[in-house]
Amino acid sequence: MGLDDILTASVFASAIRLATPYIFAALGETFAQRSGVLNLGVDGMMLMGAFTGFYAVYVAQTNAAMSEPMSLLFGVAVALIVGGLMGLAMAFVSVTLKAKQGISGIGVYLFGLGLSELLFQQWVGTPKSVSGFPRINFPVLTDLPIVGEIFFHHNLLVYVAFALVPISAYVLNNTTFGLMIRAVGQNPEAADAMGVSVTRVRYATTTIGGVLAGLAGASLSIALINLFQQNLTAGQGFIAVALVYFGGWRPWTVAAGAMLFSFVNALQLQIKVIGADIPSEFAVMAPYVITIIALVFATKRHEQPTALTKPYERGE
Amino acid sequence: MAGRLNRLVDFAPVLIALLLALVVSSVLLIALNANPFEAFDFMLKGAVGSENATAETLVKATPILFVGIGITIAFRGGMINIGGEGQMIAGALAGVTVALVLGEARVPAEMAKTPGAFDLIIVTCSLLGGFLMGALYGGLAGFLKAYFDVNEILSTIMLNQIAVQMMNFLLNGILLDPAEAGFNNIPKTARLVTAAQLPRLSLPIGDPWLFARTRLHWGLIIAMVLAVIIYIFLWRTSWGYRIRAVGENQRASSYAGINVKRQMMFSMFLAGGFAGLAGVVQVLGLQYRLQTDGSPAGFTGAAGFNGIVAALFGGLNPIGAIPAAAFFGGLLVGAQKMQRELGVPASLITAVNGLIVVFVVSSEIFILQRSKRRVSEGEDETPTPNPSSKMREGPSPTEDENSGEGDG
Repeated sequence: MGLDDILTASVFASAIRLATPYIFAALGETFAQRSGVLNLGVDGMMLMGAFTGFYAVYVAQTNAAMSEPMSLLFGVAVALIVGGLMGLAMAFVSVTLKAKQGISGIGVYLFGLGLSELLFQQWVGTPKSVSGFPRINFPVLTDLPIVGEIFFHHNLLVYVAFALVPISAYVLNNTTFGLMIRAVGQNPEAADAMGVSVTRVRYATTTIGGVLAGLAGASLSIALINLFQQNLTAGQGFIAVALVYFGGWRPWTVAAGAMLFSFVNALQLQIKVIGADIPSEFAVMAPYVITIIALVFATKRHEQPTALTKPYERGE
Repeated sequence: MAGRLNRLVDFAPVLIALLLALVVSSVLLIALNANPFEAFDFMLKGAVGSENATAETLVKATPILFVGIGITIAFRGGMINIGGEGQMIAGALAGVTVALVLGEARVPAEMAKTPGAFDLIIVTCSLLGGFLMGALYGGLAGFLKAYFDVNEILSTIMLNQIAVQMMNFLLNGILLDPAEAGFNNIPKTARLVTAAQLPRLSLPIGDPWLFARTRLHWGLIIAMVLAVIIYIFLWRTSWGYRIRAVGENQRASSYAGINVKRQMMFSMFLAGGFAGLAGVVQVLGLQYRLQTDGSPAGFTGAAGFNGIVAALFGGLNPIGAIPAAAFFGGLLVGAQKMQRELGVPASLITAVNGLIVVFVVSSEIFILQRSKRRVSEGEDETPTPNPSSKMREGPSPTEDENSGEGDG
């Protein structure tokens, strides 16, 4: 067994696929955190997005109510809306009610975990699969050796996720909205004095975070795994939050972190497949250990939004 | 009288949360075509409807109380410890190892199953081993926070996953019961000798004694005694004072000469220790072996998360955590009955627990406004001990993250 057996093209391809939910969720979380809101409920929002997206597709497909592509878009729309609503709720709790964000996020997580499981058991019962987003075959490109397999044979949501990276970076760095987000996260008093509504900006970013978390969940349940089961995400939302810290609150580095993490995960799966002499538990553990080590070395205090987790109170 | 009124208002967030949770869960139940009154009635019957139901409620409450006490210490110290699950597992692994090794060393094989045997040394060492390993595991997150500025919420969540895998590895390897190997898919250790088990608990009421035929064990008493001790520790000793001072305001504590980094580690050490006790008591008092189905909550039953809910519900007061833990134990047991009778999945409780957390922390704003008004009116603040002074006017635990470093 040599390195050739481990570093195959399919490992790189699956790393790209596995990164999809992390990129969605972590980009959304980047928006929220840059404006000063720590949304720890991402995993719960992902689970709700995953379940509702899956359920919409499942119902549409079993009843043959619409064509398959339509059912998938319907599923995505439902996941976006559910995620957005949960983001809105999180914004209400942490911006309007000024609840402690670390703890309230755990509440939102437990709520999403419980409710998605409850609805799944009640409405679906046992894990059933749907036909999810198909892999796209590009003319010529997909047939290229190695490169084709790695880059040009994924489903639509994978490409959407990667396209969102430059878009998010542009919005944050080059638009008025992005400037407002950064101002509100860095110095809410000054932003407020300049006439920027801290509340409105934070509502917007937290809702964006929820929408993208919902999409992250749907990318699992109707594009990558194509089924739902209880606790489908298994803590991926929390990893996404960690990736935001690791990536220094910048979309490009956050996405790079997601890629690194997914690459380790893909390697771990590959090692299991070829039956290397490493206990599988250690392989499963590896990404989490690496995340902690990454956080030790990568947390750059000076880059953290100054107002992160601090509710804004207008001075008297 | 005013003092008593203030004390009542301290628990207002909890009451508001309870009321809202009741409303929302009713709505959920109606949406699921279940009659809420019927459902709540079954839950009540399932939780306290019989001697055995009550005992099961208390059995479920025991690990939640241990974890809840630990979470209370951590939150009071400004550390958001989400690592109860992992710390429970770490404690259980160490505790079961000590119990198995000492059990073999101190109890002859033919005495292994003698009923009523009790070896104080084995039990004490196992409990201490469990506490220490949980404490080290929690303390690790505290250390990473204090010296490397790693967000403790994230590190404890990662450490939870790592602990689950470590447990699966050990239970499939050196801790696997040779007699059980290959029999089924549930990895488990050998059964503890009776001398290493915590005795069952019964009360001298009636004949046979109350709870004599149930699974209730002495872990509950240990947890309740420790709750009182930790209350005294937090509000009557200088160690506890320093932990709370750091939780209230790191910068001020630092100026006052308190070693903030050490206090962060200490509060996480204690929090982990209590979660570790929760784990080892599950083994010594209930299961008599360590076993899991391999899933994250396979061993803990999510007590590591429910302990957080109980700690908040108890007003971040260890004594308040006692009724809170009993309440959540009852919810869990009652929900099983509801599931059996009405077919409504018990996972409803996870969702409701989440809502309760959100509601408790959300309703603090009303208390905050009230205390501000009080201060502006020049009224005296209630002196400590004050169950939720932290919740009322304390800064958010992560708010002052920068202040420990001193530079700007």
